[in-house]
Amino acid sequence: MRIEGRGRIDRTREVKFLFDGVVRAGHPGDTLASALMASGQMLMGRSFKYHRPRGVLTAGSEEPNALVITGHGGRAEPNRRATMVEIHDGLEARSQNRWPSLDFDILSLNDRFAPFLGAGFYYKTFMGPGKTWEKLFEPLIRGAAGLGALSGAPNAETYEKAWAFCDVLVIGGGPAGLMAALSAARAGADVILCEEDRDFGGRLLAEDEQVGGQPGADWAAALAAELAGMDNVRLMPRTTVTGAYDQGTYGALERSGQHLAEPGDLPRECFWRIVAKRAVLCAGALERHIAFRDNDRPGVMMAGALRAYLNRWGTVPGRQVAVFGNNDDAHRTARDMAAAGLEVVALVDSRHEAENLAGDVPFYPGWQVTRAHGGSALEAISLRAPDGGERRLAVQALGVSGGWNPTLHLTCHQGAKPLWDDRIAAFVPPEGAVPGLTSAGAARGSFSTAACLREGAEVGAEAAGALGYATTPAALPEAEDAPYRLRRLWAVEGKGRAWLDFQNDVTVKDVKQAAQENFRSVEHMKRYTTQGMATDQGKTSSVAALAILADVTGRAIPETGTTTFRPPYTPVAIAAMGAGGEGPGFAPRRLTTSHAASAARRAPMIEAGLWYRPSYFPQKGERDWQVACDREVRMVRNSVGICDVSTLGKIELQGPDVGRFLDFVYTNTFSTLKPGRVRYGLMLREDGFVMDDGTTARLDDNRWVMTTTTAAAGQVMRHLDWVHQALMPQLDLRFASVTEQWAQFAVAGPKSRELLDGLLDAPLGDFPFMACGPVSIGGIDARLFRISFSGEEAYEIAVPARYGASLFHELVKRAEALGGGPYGMEALNVLRIEKGHITHAEIHGRTTAFDCGFERMVSAQKDCIGKTMAARPGLTGPEREQMVGLRPVDGLGRLTAGAFLFNEGDPADRIHAQGYTTSACHSPTLGLPLALGFLRNGRARHGERVRMVDHLRGVETLCEVTDPVAYDPEGGRLRD
Amino acid sequence: MRITCPICGTRDRREFYYQGAAEALHRPDPEAGEDAWDAYLHLRDNPAGRTQDLWYHEAGCGCWLVVDRDTVTHEIYGATLVEARHAD
Repeated sequence: MRIEGRGRIDRTREVKFLFDGVVRAGHPGDTLASALMASGQMLMGRSFKYHRPRGVLTAGSEEPNALVITGHGGRAEPNRRATMVEIHDGLEARSQNRWPSLDFDILSLNDRFAPFLGAGFYYKTFMGPGKTWEKLFEPLIRGAAGLGALSGAPNAETYEKAWAFCDVLVIGGGPAGLMAALSAARAGADVILCEEDRDFGGRLLAEDEQVGGQPGADWAAALAAELAGMDNVRLMPRTTVTGAYDQGTYGALERSGQHLAEPGDLPRECFWRIVAKRAVLCAGALERHIAFRDNDRPGVMMAGALRAYLNRWGTVPGRQVAVFGNNDDAHRTARDMAAAGLEVVALVDSRHEAENLAGDVPFYPGWQVTRAHGGSALEAISLRAPDGGERRLAVQALGVSGGWNPTLHLTCHQGAKPLWDDRIAAFVPPEGAVPGLTSAGAARGSFSTAACLREGAEVGAEAAGALGYATTPAALPEAEDAPYRLRRLWAVEGKGRAWLDFQNDVTVKDVKQAAQENFRSVEHMKRYTTQGMATDQGKTSSVAALAILADVTGRAIPETGTTTFRPPYTPVAIAAMGAGGEGPGFAPRRLTTSHAASAARRAPMIEAGLWYRPSYFPQKGERDWQVACDREVRMVRNSVGICDVSTLGKIELQGPDVGRFLDFVYTNTFSTLKPGRVRYGLMLREDGFVMDDGTTARLDDNRWVMTTTTAAAGQVMRHLDWVHQALMPQLDLRFASVTEQWAQFAVAGPKSRELLDGLLDAPLGDFPFMACGPVSIGGIDARLFRISFSGEEAYEIAVPARYGASLFHELVKRAEALGGGPYGMEALNVLRIEKGHITHAEIHGRTTAFDCGFERMVSAQKDCIGKTMAARPGLTGPEREQMVGLRPVDGLGRLTAGAFLFNEGDPADRIHAQGYTTSACHSPTLGLPLALGFLRNGRARHGERVRMVDHLRGVETLCEVTDPVAYDPEGGRLRD
Repeated sequence: MRITCPICGTRDRREFYYQGAAEALHRPDPEAGEDAWDAYLHLRDNPAGRTQDLWYHEAGCGCWLVVDRDTVTHEIYGATLVEARHAD
């Protein structure tokens, strides 16, 4: 129900929303919880295990009970706390974990069987033979217990992630945070102030109290407005700081557009990484419950939450109200309720010596509430007098306060444990546990408004001062400075179930039982009872649970300790953390300059690292890729083909010592290479295995250009930087990746020379195999290399990338005029297999130069990376699997890559494996299948027969072992 | 985690590539023998506490760094260029 004259909602406007399919109304400023309470709906959820009816317990993000699903289909989001959902027109919310409806839930029968469902019941009960657990019990339990479900549809919402940087990050915008931000900002520091709520003010929004002579909420709004006007302050409302990470990095979740009926371009949420030189934790405190029988009935709430609903939202669960506490702060709830004209039936304070601070209300010092009565709504409470007498009072609302716990979570995110403070019977932050993070106000255990203002101002100034800003703490407004007195009380003695963890249905008895069964460590107790798990992570229950564990095990609370605090403080959707990473955002796309032209020819693309390369260029009437590939291979062998090879890594090296440097990174010698020549090189890792291969051209005395494979370009660049900086810094050279700067095309085939002669501005003249030099095309300077991966006479021509698209167009046009055309990766692969050229299929990280038949490329005249270890015993010799060619004995059988090789007559099992295949193709040139592979002592076995067995594909073929080079072994075609 | 690159300033760890212990800086002589090479390539301490390891500023200046840090507290004491260490 609404209370006239109370609350900071806009009563002039009405907001319509749906809850469980029924239209409800609230006002701007309402949360879903306050609007439901105002409309008389106290039942907001069903509990996890017993499906007990539950109402809202808190007014903040710590809410364990009132969890809802908002939206539907791909926009549905489960487990949202009704206390944090701002209502807007069109909001659609549904209750969770109930069937068929919230009011009538079949599985509430579970509650009748509670004696059998205590802590660890599933470990004890659901035992059976074989797979009964995973096939029967687990699905049953998972169906019956639980929170909200995902829709199963792809998420249709947008999310973002972003970075921010500041001098001072202030976490929490209550009185301490506002003063901290003001002090730091006035000193000149760049300040970010994050506040989880939509409004600044913290508890001031929920209290009826004066700050600086005006209502606290007004004071906060005025200060927030002042901060908003400062250039060096960024206010971030609706932003929860979720984690404290190394070197001043904080994670924060901003609810950017989720509260709006029409979010426009705003994402639903934005996950921020905020890097702060200093941070101030002003996150306030969370109230804790007192356990007594049936203390989970809807209408039983935290005392601070009860008065927050009255003061901020003008709503209460009912007209008759009682308050039960063990501290002075609880009295404020009774006072505010009475002042609002509600009937305060009882102020029950468990302390005998307590004085009534609430004015004219029935006061019960030394009494305790022993039981809540009612079903889906609170109807009455039972009290017990100090002398044992009982009394029953009819109420619709009960505010309970067991004291306040500082919100210190972030200070423990790097492994520190909080410190127990007997004075307030609560844990306080271990100062200095997160470097650069200081706490102030209620988060540090200083609960009065005056103390919050003072500490905030001091700590804010201190943070700015540590960064070199001249500071004077901001002047302090006058405010409430009442002492905080309490006597600890965690649970009321008595029969029945007294609830600790509402979200996980954990009772006082469960915790005691865990201790009895020797789960005495707090971490064991947590996992045995499930206390402190799920979305609220025990924010309202953990301290009471471990206090009870401490009592039962005869230990002090500090000795019992706490479970580990880990990020995130509140749940963060993976969609927000991974924003931008779906679909094409998963990885960057690198496109060649010929991409559009290839796509226009409907070439299917294949991914090579981040690059997209054409597989083949289909022509009309070609029924599959194999036909296109065969045509493209024949085209290169008989006329001329064009292939974009820009994706290969290109590294330009300059300086007088490049030759010496290359001698050290390549196995073979490069310092003797003459300008205008190209050489093939092999690179090893330091452990002696092959890292990469490629050609390096010497353009002139001091300028070289290296190519790497597409796949290893980044690795080679990193390796060269390592070798130069760490091992050979005395060498005079510099190098840079120029992969993106040059577009490069292979022009391959017997008519390649003819094509080039028509294209280049001047005739090529004498340009032998492995030559390189500058050329000109249409007045554009280009580089020409006579190198061949196909085995034909071939050239690679490189132009600045901006000319790539037009050069490709021109090359293809001229090739087609000569009976050729473009070819893709499939044909490129066949051409190189026919020639026995290696790729990373062969140099896969476990093969040596010896294995590949390149042992003569490891120069004896010099040291190089990997040389020493390549000479280790076991890395050379007949026991090694050596590269060979394979072809079916009958010329027809199928060959596959990744198959194993066996001697004829041997069983096809692991022990008898003689090697494996790495590449396979159909060779249109030779008219038979070909493969490359590694065979034990293979070079000595040319002409022998081996069985190829592909267990996965069910293929078996008898093969002849050959030299890897199947086509033109003398190399006449590429030289002439 | 943030690393202060001597060239680029303080940057997020996502800009860096992690390699391993700074041991790799001390490449043995080719004739140093099997044990020296085995130790160089394969044997690493696993310290709880202060450690020096190699990071490559791959998304930045391309410099290799020795980062002096603590595996327990996560404190980073500093980073130096591997290139500069040869001048010592």
